[in-house]
Amino acid sequence: MKLKLERRAAPSALVSGATPVLAVIATMIAGGVMFWALGANPAEAIRIIFWDPLFGDFASYTRGQLLIKAGPLILIAIGLSLGFKAGIWNIGAEGQYIIGAVVGAGVGLAFYPTESRLIFPLMVLAGAFGGWAWAMIPALLKTRLGTNEILVSLMLVYVAQNILASMSTGLLRNPDGMGFPGSRNIARDFPAAANPELIAGTGIHWGVVAALIAVIFAYVLMTRHRMGFQIRLAGEAPKAARFGGVRPRRLILFTLGMGGALAGLAGLFEVAGPAGQISIDFNSGYGFTAIIVAFLGRLHPLGILLAGLLMALTYIGGELAQTMIGMPAAAIQLFQGMLLFFLLAMDVFANYRIRLGRTEVKA
Amino acid sequence: MQIMIFGQIDLILLLASLMVASTPILLAALGELVVEKAGVLNLGVEGMMITGAVVGFAVGVNTQSPAVGFLAAALAGALLSLLFGLITQYLKSNQVATGLALTLFGLGLSSLLGKPYEGVKAATLGKMHLPFLSDIPVLGPILFRHDPMVYLSILAVVAVWAFLTYTRPGLILRAVGENHEAAHALGYKVVRVRLLAILFGGAMAGLGGAYVSLVRVPQWTEGMTAGAGWIALAIVVFASWRPLRVLIGAYLFGGVSVLQLNLQAAGVAIPVEYLSSSPYLVTILVLVIISLRGQHGAPGSLGRIFHASS
Amino acid sequence: MTDALLRLDGLTKAYPGVVANSDVTFQIKPGEVHALLGENGAGKSTLVKTIYGLVKPDAGQMHFGGVPFAPANPHAARAAGVAMVFQHFSLFEALSVAENVALGMDDPPGRRQLSASIREVSAAYGLPLDPERLVGDLSAGERQRVEIVRCLLQNPKLLIMDEPTSVLTPQEVEILFHTLRKLASEGTSILYISHKLEEIRALCEDATVLRLGKVVGTCDPREKTAAELAEMMVGSALHVPERTGGEAGEVLLEVSSLSLPAPNEFGTALRDISFSLRAGEILGIGGVAGNGQDELLAALSGESLAAPGTVKLSGQDVSRARPDARRRLGLLSAPEERLGHSAAPGMSLTENALLTGEIREELTANGFIRWAKARGFAERIIEAFDVRTPGTETAAGALSGGNLQKFVIGREILQKPRVFVVNQPTWGVDAAAAAQIRQAVLDLASEGAGVIVISQDLDELMEISDHFSALNEGRLAPIRIARGLSIEEIGLMMGGAHDMQDVAPEARA
Repeated sequence: MKLKLERRAAPSALVSGATPVLAVIATMIAGGVMFWALGANPAEAIRIIFWDPLFGDFASYTRGQLLIKAGPLILIAIGLSLGFKAGIWNIGAEGQYIIGAVVGAGVGLAFYPTESRLIFPLMVLAGAFGGWAWAMIPALLKTRLGTNEILVSLMLVYVAQNILASMSTGLLRNPDGMGFPGSRNIARDFPAAANPELIAGTGIHWGVVAALIAVIFAYVLMTRHRMGFQIRLAGEAPKAARFGGVRPRRLILFTLGMGGALAGLAGLFEVAGPAGQISIDFNSGYGFTAIIVAFLGRLHPLGILLAGLLMALTYIGGELAQTMIGMPAAAIQLFQGMLLFFLLAMDVFANYRIRLGRTEVKA
Repeated sequence: MQIMIFGQIDLILLLASLMVASTPILLAALGELVVEKAGVLNLGVEGMMITGAVVGFAVGVNTQSPAVGFLAAALAGALLSLLFGLITQYLKSNQVATGLALTLFGLGLSSLLGKPYEGVKAATLGKMHLPFLSDIPVLGPILFRHDPMVYLSILAVVAVWAFLTYTRPGLILRAVGENHEAAHALGYKVVRVRLLAILFGGAMAGLGGAYVSLVRVPQWTEGMTAGAGWIALAIVVFASWRPLRVLIGAYLFGGVSVLQLNLQAAGVAIPVEYLSSSPYLVTILVLVIISLRGQHGAPGSLGRIFHASS
Repeated sequence: MTDALLRLDGLTKAYPGVVANSDVTFQIKPGEVHALLGENGAGKSTLVKTIYGLVKPDAGQMHFGGVPFAPANPHAARAAGVAMVFQHFSLFEALSVAENVALGMDDPPGRRQLSASIREVSAAYGLPLDPERLVGDLSAGERQRVEIVRCLLQNPKLLIMDEPTSVLTPQEVEILFHTLRKLASEGTSILYISHKLEEIRALCEDATVLRLGKVVGTCDPREKTAAELAEMMVGSALHVPERTGGEAGEVLLEVSSLSLPAPNEFGTALRDISFSLRAGEILGIGGVAGNGQDELLAALSGESLAAPGTVKLSGQDVSRARPDARRRLGLLSAPEERLGHSAAPGMSLTENALLTGEIREELTANGFIRWAKARGFAERIIEAFDVRTPGTETAAGALSGGNLQKFVIGREILQKPRVFVVNQPTWGVDAAAAAQIRQAVLDLASEGAGVIVISQDLDELMEISDHFSALNEGRLAPIRIARGLSIEEIGLMMGGAHDMQDVAPEARA
């Protein structure tokens, strides 16, 4: 007897919805083993990561953190999911996030210390524009010359990091900062440009609102609008898409552009709110984690909403575990990587049926 | 201006360090070339390199033997690639996504493993002065006074080239990458061939990573491969999937990174950040030039999922 | 019984939901050309894959040369003396002829010697080949030679040929037959798989007929008429499509000096193609695969854009119009490849209806999709074209080839095209569905549309076309009236025998 894979004519929707849950469970088990190997009590570690942030002793604080972390993750992942659905691989969201923050903060700081209601909306536009423009580099190279967008978008992350370093020690450095690197603190010192917590204690800021709008927008786009249909079609069968009248270049410009703009927005909301300032270590890998969020959410807007919250939970849980049981910060990064692996491995159940097959010839 | 800059830099030293700087990318790119020739796109090179870097360093420190460190790094890279291989070849997952997962996983794993080794020093590889050759003026110091890995990496280029061009297993590997359905119909084990190629690619990436942490830097810092794995991927495209051109590509990039480091050290009036960006910008530039020229030589089944229908 | 080269006893192979082979028993004598006859889906491919070691049967046994034979893989089959020429070539485009041949052998000689043997054998059998050329640069006919030469170098006892003539012109078929007869006279058995009845009558001495996985008869095909063979194969008399009325009307489509560079490395360039198509007319375009069929369809559908003035629809220049714009004007098309080109396999029938029906069926409003209306359109197609499916939300890829093809053709025809271009309308489709599709195409023309049918099935083209032409290396032969064309003339239009050499005209049995 031998296990055999048999291709399904179409992916099973039911299994496809169930795999993320199974992957999370598998990751918890494998993660438990990892924590045990690190010398921690696995059950305790899992509880600290997944339970305590919501219901533990510090839940009143950590619950608010949840939305602060989930906001940018969801915003970026929604943008990425559009491209991934169409088979366009923007993996440079981290760079678009950085440039969005730099451009947005730059525009805001240029008006310092003017107090005007227009400054923040202007920064939002500038942030989206920054991310969009950064994503247009791989997009235009791909549409004009056919250059591989995976490598270009990624290379631009490193370039963006260097720009960030240059900005925080140069152009955007706080003139009153006594020579320390880093810009003026927007959240603290520049109310007209700040992205404040809207409802105290909830962690909700404009970025979270934007993430929710993005989820709804993406949902309507993907299920009701012809653009969403074309995106799905292009990912499913590129030749059929061209036959059906899809213009691949437009699709590339649209999906990469949206991905960049949303990542840029996430960066702007972060720099004007939770982070507060442009500094060398401003970016913390949201752009990469969002890739996991997008896949974990099955590239579906509502799935991404849930996946973003879950991933935010592991961030906060990871920090808790760091302080409470001294678990290394990197462990949680590994944990997230593991989750994506398990998810991809389990996709096999959505795309194939598993059967016991006979291999012997009956005499 | 040009002459002035070079006036402050020892040209011989620069060219010699070019070979050292190129070696990690060369090793990783050569491994990936074999993987892609077999029809598999593994975007996890960066993850395997960084894991190789930390494992090689840790084992090197603990055994006081860089050679054992390299061996361990190759093993670690291969093990990590096995994960990718099993998921993509047996569970038929998307290769792009799985490769990304491998990179994210490798980055996390390495920073976890590497924590105790930050700031530690390891024994590095000694230089091998090749007899007679190293005494040739100018060329001697540039080409023939390196550590064994530099020579090994160049030998590996020749070996891979000969393997792919002249041997039957090499022919089968190319056939599998070119058209997996046809190879299957003729009775070749597509999945097995690919798994072996993936393991080789992992081992080579591991070696490349270890070279960064054990020789080039030499110490362990988090994220120290800094995109070298991605550049290796670009070099494979640049090389049109030919081993000897991989050598040229890797040395070109090594040259750029060494030059910018030297320019930084020489205190040229260009901000450090822009000089640091140059290897990545050059990569983009090269990718653009390749696409202008038209991409030739990509294996026919590259990145496609193989499932035997019967 | 003992003198059989290959004996099959009760071979059975089931896949989930379908029994591919059920209790198949027959035998092949040494030096015999044996036909395996059956419709698409009758189980021919599974059977030959079993003999070649690619499929393991669930039950039954084989004897080869009198000893039990159960090859675990193709290597074992080849070692025993079985060689196979595949329908979809098992070739590697980026590799040379010699490398391709070496890959098909288990113990190839050295490079230089292999090249010499390739030259020698290919010349001896009238199939000239240059061992150093890249296979990707060869024509379909030449590629088949590579496969055959690869087999011949192993001195096989049994040569299996799976639908070998679909890539050949009639002249080339004739030469191939001479080669096969020569081989048979030298003692090699040949298992010849085809659904082309006239060919089998001309070539084979014995035939086994498969239907739905079972052997339904054996006969000497030379003693049967094509109609009798067809009835054995299909199980009932076939409906022959009929044409009602239809006078050619005004010119609808005018193509003048259409040239396009090859879309990719191994594609075909279109060279100076000119023709016109009238209302009510069916223009059949024949030709061997890979001579510009896909490229011509793409140039007409709007997937590739040609120079201004080259494609005109009712006098209006549409050469620069994209597929959507052409659909708006009534120029519809159906490409050859069902899974992935004319339909998206992973998407539902409703979504596939939307794929080309958006404009003419008004399935969107302000960019928003009217799903109910799209579903209704899909239902109408299923109803009108008798598509067997559980419902509109079934994925296209889950349908059988014939049903999906009916859906694709129905989707275009229900949109009332003024001009309809279709490539390989009945390829890989069972006989009943094929007859239904041909009838639909004829009806469409009778209602006043202009239809272009591109096909590699010459019988089909002769049956339904008013005018005929053929593509050869991207050029279109001058258009002729279909009625009364001889097979000789058609073959010449398709490019004749290219550079093949007839080895043994006297060997004709």
